[in-house]
Amino acid sequence: MTEVSTSSTTGFLDYAPAPESTSVLNLKPSYGLFINGEFTAGHGTPFQTISPATEERIAEIANADSADVDAAVAAARRAYERSWSTMSGADRGKYLFRIARLVQERARELAVAESLDNGKPIKESRDVDVPLVAAWFFYYAGWADKLDYAGLGPNPRALGVAAQVIPWNFPLLMLAWKIAPALAAGNTVVLKPAETTPLSALIFAEILQQADLPAGVVNIITGAGDTGEALVNHPDVNKVAFTGSTAVGRAIAKSTAGSGKRLTLELGGKAANIVFDDAPIDQAIEGIVNGIFFNQGHVCCAGSRLLVQENVHDEVVDRLKQRLSTLRLGDPLDKNTDIGAINSREQLERIRQLSDIGEQEGAERWTAPCVIPEKGFWFAPTIFTNVSTSSTIAREEIFGPVLSVLTFRTPAEAIAKANNTPYGLSAGIWSDKGSRILAVADQLRAGVIWANTFNRFDPASPFGGYKESGYGREGGRQGLAAYLESAGWSAR
Amino acid sequence: MTRLAVPKTYKLYIGGKFPRSESGRTYEVVTQKGAFLANASLASRKDARDAVVAARAAFAGWSAATGYNRGQVLYRIAELLEGRRNQFVDEIVATEGASKSAATTQVDTAIDAWVWYAGWADKYVQVAGNGNAVSGPYFNLSTPEPTGVVAIIAPQAATAGASLLGLAATVAPAILSGNTVVVVASEGAPLAAISLAEVLATSDVPGGVVNILTGSPAEIAPWLAGHADVNALDLAGAGALDWVSLQVTAADTLKRVIAPETGIPAPSLERVVALTETKTVWHTKSLI
Repeated sequence: MTEVSTSSTTGFLDYAPAPESTSVLNLKPSYGLFINGEFTAGHGTPFQTISPATEERIAEIANADSADVDAAVAAARRAYERSWSTMSGADRGKYLFRIARLVQERARELAVAESLDNGKPIKESRDVDVPLVAAWFFYYAGWADKLDYAGLGPNPRALGVAAQVIPWNFPLLMLAWKIAPALAAGNTVVLKPAETTPLSALIFAEILQQADLPAGVVNIITGAGDTGEALVNHPDVNKVAFTGSTAVGRAIAKSTAGSGKRLTLELGGKAANIVFDDAPIDQAIEGIVNGIFFNQGHVCCAGSRLLVQENVHDEVVDRLKQRLSTLRLGDPLDKNTDIGAINSREQLERIRQLSDIGEQEGAERWTAPCVIPEKGFWFAPTIFTNVSTSSTIAREEIFGPVLSVLTFRTPAEAIAKANNTPYGLSAGIWSDKGSRILAVADQLRAGVIWANTFNRFDPASPFGGYKESGYGREGGRQGLAAYLESAGWSAR
Repeated sequence: MTRLAVPKTYKLYIGGKFPRSESGRTYEVVTQKGAFLANASLASRKDARDAVVAARAAFAGWSAATGYNRGQVLYRIAELLEGRRNQFVDEIVATEGASKSAATTQVDTAIDAWVWYAGWADKYVQVAGNGNAVSGPYFNLSTPEPTGVVAIIAPQAATAGASLLGLAATVAPAILSGNTVVVVASEGAPLAAISLAEVLATSDVPGGVVNILTGSPAEIAPWLAGHADVNALDLAGAGALDWVSLQVTAADTLKRVIAPETGIPAPSLERVVALTETKTVWHTKSLI
């Protein structure tokens, strides 16, 4: 593979469609709430979940009102008191191992459901999301009987009932990040998936039934923001874990203030991806693309601000444009697809709006040449150059496939620009000089830093932000400790 | 012949200097029986903001100092306190109405707390951090780092031991990791706090690392809770205030908040870690 042709219509880049079969799915026309081990009808008005690629209806989803939230929390409390908190850690671990195995066995089905409901390319759901889900349960399964080593002293205690509210960008993966450590630590759970992506969580509920998990240990309730609000503010909840927007995170921090509920928040980001002039350029280009165009840029830790050393700016931008011209946008279920659908019309509107503002504020816009399907929600990969640090698109999280390019001359300037944000979730550094990477990494105020790579996730690796990107960590020993309290650490 | 005593003017401690309140306000510090002891500065909103600016300016240098260096500086604080034990005992007896032996115990306990925390400065990273065995060719390391500027409402006069031990118990765990602090001292018993500032000023603690305000926590705390350049809020001594409102205000900028405690917080590593952020760095390993 040498020459990359972007103008030819018959080059090697033309692929015949290779759609993943949906026959592996065994979807029901409608789904209830998963409370106390059973699917039950909700009291709210059901809603439809649609495929963002086709706008076609997938299934009808129950809507939990406050009475349903009460029932779910009560089921979780009963399960906590009667079974889960008295069970041995070894047995809790065995249930989690079972779940990990069942996820692996039904991996294809989960991946197809995820791409259908979320719009992400099947190659991502198949190769990243679902394998990580299994890994997450497998990792935390082993912790369940080793809590004395979590770093909180001997005999740490579970917190009780955890209320967990997750976003639509990695529906099943975020579920795993929340449920696996909570159960390993001995808590029971009420989880609310996002309104636009409930499907994989409901299939996961079936997996819990197959695993014979005691009723009520995990309850999954569907609905919109008001359902989530009722859940996190429920008086019988001991722990709240939320991943989503900074605005909602702030509201949760306010509404739980003084309640004694423990809080983990994974919020927004505006990560700097810093490219020094000695960076391995081929890897850097791939890393930049992965950093911002992975999952259509619907990633809170996305490398949305590219900081390029001035003397390599033109080369990097040219190479990027060339590379983006080869990305294939379209059917999420097609195995060749690189860029899937934007998750919702609402999100598409927000991306369009912020991009327009970027243009109005003087940045130069470039859009990858690609055919946009007639139906569904799509946004072609976009790069803004000539972006100033005060520009809206350099400050606000766009949560879409839009990259803002800024320049710097010295490492000190790169660090100052990278840290010039109220967020602090992640950052990237590209350089061939190890000592410079270590020195720059020391100075960046961000919770996750990728050196010569980007957007890597692992259950053993803590993830979470500084400053207004939230608090607490998920993953690793730190992620386990977020669901425990030390026997000597008073409730706070 | 009796000698006429030379009383001390008690001022604020901001950025390594001892300014009066910019507001020009003072309040009377009295004994438990109501006898006049001194006029302390009644810190204002502007003083609080000046203190945050000083703390932010000191953060880069202090957080970049080595753990060994910070540990030695904290230990130096203990050394100088030890040499001024009698002065602190006298101030505690006068303001808290404590017996001489109780005051002595408080001073000794405070000194020992500084020593205990000094020893953590080059160790907490090893205990709270870890290498992570991830599935792939990456070197992956999680290390705790200081959160930034920490505002502290120190234990208040109603709590025995507040005036000196209360400061050691809240300031030491914050600064040992490299945070810088703005601390609101005990309103009723602030004399030991300002004398502590004199110790800090002469024990190699860079100016701005610890800033001490005297005055009304009820007046100052809301400004600190809402200040966008404050990263964490330790409400240890805010139990008698409307601390839930402070926590709500702090949520606007998603500050880390430590809830009020009854009594003086016991020395604990958890208090240190609560004011740190875990940073995880992934480094690629090349294929060889």
